[in-house]
Amino acid sequence: MTVETAAEATPPEPELVQLLTPEGERVPHEHYDSLIADVTGDDIRAMYRDLVLGRRVDGEAVALQRQGELGLWASLLGQEAAQVGSARALRAQDHVFPTYREHAVALCRGVDPVKLLALFRGVDQGSWDPDETRFHLYTIVIGAQTLHATGYAMGVQRDGAIGTGDPDRDTAVIAYFGDGATSQGDVNEAFIWASVVNAPVVFFCQNNQWAISEPLERQTRVPLYRRAAGFGFPGVRVDGNDVLACLAVSREALQRARDGEGPTLVEAFTYRMGAHTTTDDPTRYRLNAELEHWKLKDPIERVKAHMVRSDLADQAFFDSVEQDAEELAVNLRAACRALPDPAPTSIFDHVYVEPTPDLVAQREAMTTYLDSFAEEVAR
Amino acid sequence: MTALNITKAINAGLRRSMESDAKVLVMGEDVGKLGGVFRVTDGLQKDFGEDRVIDTPLAESGIIGTAVGLALRGYRPVCEIQFDGFVFPGYDQIVNQVAKMHFRSGGRLRLPIVIRIPYGGSIGAVEHHSESPEATFAHIPGLKVVTCSNPLDAYWMIQQAIQLDDPVVFFEPKRRYYEKAEVDVDGEPDLPLESARVALPGTDATVAAYGPMVKTCLDAAAAASDDGRSLEVIDLRSLSPLDLRAVYDSVRRTGRLVVVHEAHRTLGVGAEVAARVTEECFYSLEAPVQRVTGYDTPYPPARVEEEYLPDLDRVLDAVDRTFAY
Ligand SMILES: Cc1ncc(C[n+]2csc(CCOP(=O)(O)OP(=O)(O)O)c2C)c(N)n1
Ligand SMILES: [Mg+2]
Repeated sequence: MTVETAAEATPPEPELVQLLTPEGERVPHEHYDSLIADVTGDDIRAMYRDLVLGRRVDGEAVALQRQGELGLWASLLGQEAAQVGSARALRAQDHVFPTYREHAVALCRGVDPVKLLALFRGVDQGSWDPDETRFHLYTIVIGAQTLHATGYAMGVQRDGAIGTGDPDRDTAVIAYFGDGATSQGDVNEAFIWASVVNAPVVFFCQNNQWAISEPLERQTRVPLYRRAAGFGFPGVRVDGNDVLACLAVSREALQRARDGEGPTLVEAFTYRMGAHTTTDDPTRYRLNAELEHWKLKDPIERVKAHMVRSDLADQAFFDSVEQDAEELAVNLRAACRALPDPAPTSIFDHVYVEPTPDLVAQREAMTTYLDSFAEEVAR
Repeated sequence: MTALNITKAINAGLRRSMESDAKVLVMGEDVGKLGGVFRVTDGLQKDFGEDRVIDTPLAESGIIGTAVGLALRGYRPVCEIQFDGFVFPGYDQIVNQVAKMHFRSGGRLRLPIVIRIPYGGSIGAVEHHSESPEATFAHIPGLKVVTCSNPLDAYWMIQQAIQLDDPVVFFEPKRRYYEKAEVDVDGEPDLPLESARVALPGTDATVAAYGPMVKTCLDAAAAASDDGRSLEVIDLRSLSPLDLRAVYDSVRRTGRLVVVHEAHRTLGVGAEVAARVTEECFYSLEAPVQRVTGYDTPYPPARVEEEYLPDLDRVLDAVDRTFAY
């Protein structure tokens, strides 16, 4: 059962928006240059710091998982530029609906990274306040959040918070998801809804080439960004390892949303350099050569090369970022280890707005039961 | 005899089914090269090819929906759902299509589909990876729902489920996946699929459980026997149809019943068992049927899951309650 594809049906390699080559060379772009014309050396240094801190938090979490401090961790290694570039294109009032891997986006939104670790440690299921950070809770069921983002955007639309021209009022919503997620019904429904109602939402797909062990070909026969055309909105593929290009493309898409022009699909073409999660063993399904190839496109190295080339930073700057990362890591380790386990009866606390009589009774039964052990010990 | 854990036993059962019937297919996320996230389908794609062991797109409704079509075309799909919480995108297909096809076609159309679901907690996972949704399937007429608790049953029950012409939801106790036992892979199954089994004979009280809780109850029985109390442990195995003959027989002798499951309490399997035992064995009962279950809360974060889940002590506590009457 081999399916033949007619040669003429094979599309040419799609265009990839790139502003920084893997060697850190700034390549001009007819359209996207204008979108980052205002980006200063300070901005680039700040994004470099975001990238390094994001990677450091991630590496620290992987280590903590190995030491038994976390139950699991989903590493973002390799996807830092896609996350930082898109997150730094957001305005304060914009809202983010993440998957479980958007740790660098979370950092950019001001979420305390200890809270990310708390979730993976198993002390809670998301303790940050989405109203405060505009970074919603992690979603583990693949694709579900794309509909939430679309619905949220419909609310924004009804509140008249788009197309007013007020840069502090007009609001965009961004949904993050993976290449595998594009197969889910929910994601396709989100595309349809967003298109039909012209919702102010950006669908930001980090195509990291893999859905656990399944390569992209198991999910699609066309480049993902091209799917948008069929749903009736623009799609663009950006070099996901190029933070400047991700910033530019995201800025444009988010502004379209804020201006009331509707959804955009951004496909950030990147690579999952680590395992799917700490329980995964990628040597079972992919070649090391692939990883080596992508290492040459490292998202942090190219910004660094660019900064050195353009005299945007000296060694003292890089050292200071390194030091910040080290400090963050030290604090994070200590804070993670100090996270208290939840009290057993806390499981009854927020099932409903008001506890039901049944749950009150179950809580009492648990308390009595646990107390009986304490009494035994005391005796 | 071969020493197998549950993952290897199911793997061996799948392999035998695929060898003896070319219509048997395996499909799901990551079931091919990776062999599934629990390695239950390890090596099957290599040996049976990509046509028969299909790495599907990431879409559970698609997995079940296309299995319906394949079954209508004469295939016998075995669908793997990666984790319990991820069956729900496919729930519509299961409840509205899979369960009803035979009925609405007046018996003309059969859907010999097996839906394998690793279920239950105690693995330290994040959300949606530790659910016990069996009652939400056992409640649906047209679906058969079974669950194994040990390698021997796993080996035979998966083969029996595949041979059945009705759709079967096959729950696998993921926390027990790596428990080993000797399995006679060439013998014959000693029980039909839809039957319970006395896992441990006893005389003083009856404990009914299934899947991951069978071992917990056997451990409880061992502890109880140190205190001079003999518990009879029954592994229900089939939740739909529910085979309670062994439970009735046992309760008529012991007069005391404790039902144990990880799933929530309200409207769970334990409630159904209690109701039927009350109907059938009313005059034999010395105490109300006790349930030891997960609480009626969402599955909690990993660091409190052991307090949420029934354990040996909670089982013994319930046994004590039946003696307090
Ligand atoms: C509905 C659902 N099915 C299955 C899973 C198990 N699962 C977790 S991550 C994953 C792959 C996701 O791939 P992709 O969307 O590309 O995101 P990535 O993990 O690569 O970031 C799968 C199958 C899930 N979380 N939710
Ligand atoms: Mg992916």
